[in-house]
Amino acid sequence: MTGDRSEWEPKIVGFLCNWCSYAGADLAGQSRLEYPPNVKIIRVPCSGRVNPLFVLKCLSSGVDGVLISGCHTGDCHYSEGNFHARRRFTILRKLFEYLGIDPKRFQMAWVSASEADKWAKLVKGLVEEIRQAGPNKLGHR
Amino acid sequence: MKYAYYPGCSLHSTAKEYDLSTREVAKALGIELIEIPDWICCGATPAHITMHLLSLALPVKNIIKARAMGSYEIVTCCAACFSRLKTANYFMRTDDEHRQKVEQIVGEPYKGEVKVRHFLDVLVNDFGLKNLKGNLVKELKGLKVACYYGCLLTRPPEITELDDLEDPHLIDDLMRTIGVEPVQWPYKTECCGASFSLTKTDIVLKLSCDILQMAYDEGAQAIVVACPLCQSNLDLRQSTINKKYKKDFNLPIFYFTQLIGLALGIDGKKLGLDKHIVPPAALLGEKDKLAKI
Amino acid sequence: MKIGVFVCHCGTNIAATVDVEKAAKAALNLAKVKFSTTYKYMCSSPGQALIKDAIKEKGLDRIVVCACSPSLHEKTFRECLKESGINPYLLEIANIREHCSWVHRDRETATRKAIEIMKLAVTKVTHNRPLEKTHMPIEKRVLVIGGGISGIQSAIDISFAKFPVVIVEREASIGGRMARFDKTFPTLDCAACILTPKMVTVAQNKYVTLHTYAEIEEVTGHVGDFKVKIRKKARFVDTSKCTGCGACWNKCPAKVASEFDLGLCKRTAIYTPFPQAVPNIPVIDRENCLYLKSKKCGLCQKVCPFGAINYQMQDEIIEEKFGAIIVATGFTQFDHSVYGEYGYGKYRDVITGLHFERMANSSGPTGGKIIRPSDGKVARDVVFIQCVGSRDEQKGVSYCSRLCCMYTAKHALLLKEHNPDSQAYVFYIDIRAAGKNYEEFVKKVQNEYGAVYLRGRVSRIFEKGGKLIVRGADTLSGAQIEIKADLVVLAVGLIAQNDAAKLAQMLHIPYDQNNLFTEAHPKLAPVETITSGVFLTGACQSPKDIPDTVATASAASVKALGLLVQDQLEKEPLVARVDKNLCSGCQACIKACSFNAIETKEVEDRALKRKRTVAEVIEGVCSGCGNCTAVCRMSAIDLEGFSNRQIMEEIEVL
Repeated sequence: MTGDRSEWEPKIVGFLCNWCSYAGADLAGQSRLEYPPNVKIIRVPCSGRVNPLFVLKCLSSGVDGVLISGCHTGDCHYSEGNFHARRRFTILRKLFEYLGIDPKRFQMAWVSASEADKWAKLVKGLVEEIRQAGPNKLGHR
Repeated sequence: MKYAYYPGCSLHSTAKEYDLSTREVAKALGIELIEIPDWICCGATPAHITMHLLSLALPVKNIIKARAMGSYEIVTCCAACFSRLKTANYFMRTDDEHRQKVEQIVGEPYKGEVKVRHFLDVLVNDFGLKNLKGNLVKELKGLKVACYYGCLLTRPPEITELDDLEDPHLIDDLMRTIGVEPVQWPYKTECCGASFSLTKTDIVLKLSCDILQMAYDEGAQAIVVACPLCQSNLDLRQSTINKKYKKDFNLPIFYFTQLIGLALGIDGKKLGLDKHIVPPAALLGEKDKLAKI
Repeated sequence: MKIGVFVCHCGTNIAATVDVEKAAKAALNLAKVKFSTTYKYMCSSPGQALIKDAIKEKGLDRIVVCACSPSLHEKTFRECLKESGINPYLLEIANIREHCSWVHRDRETATRKAIEIMKLAVTKVTHNRPLEKTHMPIEKRVLVIGGGISGIQSAIDISFAKFPVVIVEREASIGGRMARFDKTFPTLDCAACILTPKMVTVAQNKYVTLHTYAEIEEVTGHVGDFKVKIRKKARFVDTSKCTGCGACWNKCPAKVASEFDLGLCKRTAIYTPFPQAVPNIPVIDRENCLYLKSKKCGLCQKVCPFGAINYQMQDEIIEEKFGAIIVATGFTQFDHSVYGEYGYGKYRDVITGLHFERMANSSGPTGGKIIRPSDGKVARDVVFIQCVGSRDEQKGVSYCSRLCCMYTAKHALLLKEHNPDSQAYVFYIDIRAAGKNYEEFVKKVQNEYGAVYLRGRVSRIFEKGGKLIVRGADTLSGAQIEIKADLVVLAVGLIAQNDAAKLAQMLHIPYDQNNLFTEAHPKLAPVETITSGVFLTGACQSPKDIPDTVATASAASVKALGLLVQDQLEKEPLVARVDKNLCSGCQACIKACSFNAIETKEVEDRALKRKRTVAEVIEGVCSGCGNCTAVCRMSAIDLEGFSNRQIMEEIEVL
């Protein structure tokens, strides 16, 4: 475990759907919005592609926070993938609470392809929250 | 039927007759109004144009006092008190930041909403028009009135949640029930000038004159109100208006509770009908509607 | 396996913040990376040549390009791989521009992050498999939903290319909104004079089939192969026998308010919506027909010389196949009865712009007289109120309906022409007259036709002494004004059809908070939707005037034709696949699939020595969303290009 808090930087994995959130993050780049580098993006076709195992894998391998971001309700490119994701998220988060994992470490957001600003703000806020939560003690790294 | 009653400052002073008639009507109908002990002013217009937080803190203090009485809803008659109490509830409910600040000011927790009701709403929706009709001693037949709601009762709708925003009808419904004929007129929710009465009287004279004129043109013999400030502007300023605009208005301005009181057979004096500036005796007497003033 | 990593400078876009040389060097430390280099513009011809040469010289078999977002150049580099003889799907893009160099300032931090992004891509490419695009046949017919001017124009354009096209229109006649208009701005062409010939053209066109009085019941399938169920509502009139002579509607005793004329006059229960209806064949409105209600009457059947009336007729559902769908469902108008200040829709002399159009029309309910509906008196002082329902977040919609400024100006002009003694007053917020000759038109109405324009809102309308008192603010002079008007015309906004969301869900196309259909890209794909093969035209997407509607109709037709002229459709192979040995046949994936792309199949299980049911993906239908993979408890179903293993390993290397 990291001893010195001041050197520790939150490590966050973001699963971004290809059609909305990934494109929103692209737009943030095109708009040159600055945000912290802590979120590593894994592109998925749809937020509904995210298998709960991926999230468990992240948290068990020392990632400090996990974000799933997809299209707004009604906007899903595949019509209802984000609904599947949302339902799965709710249950998974309950499980984490039960397991004593700070639910802050697992978050979900809706960012459309035009919401660059929202994306940048989301990342800033998320990094801050995870920083507050401290290092993920499940991590073996 | 029990309610925490918040009369407000006007009903203890300039609108004494509104308070009297409300209590009389409530008593006659078996509606129990328990005055909130040690209530304070809601702040009305002066508070909310001075300081937003103060304008929330004052009504919140009263809401907290009401809660201490048990699980009653608050009933108020004054349109301004109604508006301020509802506004306070709204902000406390929807805005955490405001709630925290106000709780700090009043020094105790808000602990959630106590529902605020206008007496109109209680009469029509809790007591019921049918029930009221059953309690009447007589009907005030032959009287044509303009029901005037003013600007505060229905606005803003997301806060007041009372009646139809542009074409309210609660007073009309009550009047029809007691045999009074409400005229159709377009100025139900116009502003009378309200608290400009003291600072910019000219504005009030003009606006109130327009209201009196429209009521008169549409054939009303009197105006029925549910707000102490409306009553005072239309009643108290009527002679000045007549002088300034060369008019000859002689329109008594009643509280809805006073006419309901008469229909319930309550003595006119008990309803404060002697406290009006424009004397209603002629209108009521000539039609033999008035027991005694 | 030999992976090559190519790091792009993108001029200074990447190189200014990311130490590209350092990143390229770091790549060589990663497993299986045999080569790495940088170049100023990797997407340019020399950049691509660099990749091709490296593939040949170093024998590379998988490529990672560290550059801009895959949405820009993934296609480019796939093509580049293909030309070098490597399967194009053995490529990964590391997005080190949009997601790194452009959002970070500190060089060291950005370089570190770029290397991490690269690491993810290298990990992922290790497990990419060579894939081939699939091909599907195309049903060479187009469905146009909606028979207004946009649907008519689309059908005509498609028929030029000699492809069959079917129009489904829910009303008894095609023509839509435009058929109700009197004149069109800014040229004052008579709407019927320019529309009617097009209606006739489309009806006589041998490539066009019209289904009027019909609605879409169900849409399944996908681009190239949409299966559409169409409900043909019972007309109770045999279209093969009827000649449109009118004997029936002249005798029909049941009179109801005409929808076409917005209740300004009556129609009969057997009717055509308007005299120029196409087809000119009536329908019987089953709610109001005396015979259908109570078996009394039957007059139309008696008077019909051709025996065309059939009271026993039933709705019929037909199923047809199409390669592409054009959505041209148009708009409806905002219901102003939510505006208490305008009288909750109770005042008869407070009308909408469309009522005004009908009155101004010489074949309309008043014979071209602009009058007060309440007493039939000629309207002299007429107040027009703009932005009713538009630009009003509280009671209406937040957007500008775009045409009201123009049609109100047109109405003010028509009023003067019809009633020379009249005076028009127009309350507006802003005048939005952006269009060819539009601003000039408004100026003309103000200067030559004397319309008084007042910048401000109307706070109240009420009746007094037989007049409508309109009270409003003139914000330019700062005065409150009252106008005694004979007639008030509300420029109500354009909103989505009531059932727009339902249709969108049927078609799997997105729609916005106002139920307007969403285009694939607001600038570069304005008539496409993200659902391949479904195109948009006209006001179902956003308020549009006639020229814009016609332009999008032609644009949508070209897009549809672009599909139809292909021999076969190419389809991305990034689809789900089932490992039959792992599949337990639980069918959870089938429930998770929005596209009906998974079927069950019996396979012979040799170990169990019996048949077993497993899931199977229909490759042509699968859209590659991967929702099935997340529900599979056996991990038997996986997604090409985003496999479980790829994502798990990406997480591991982080």
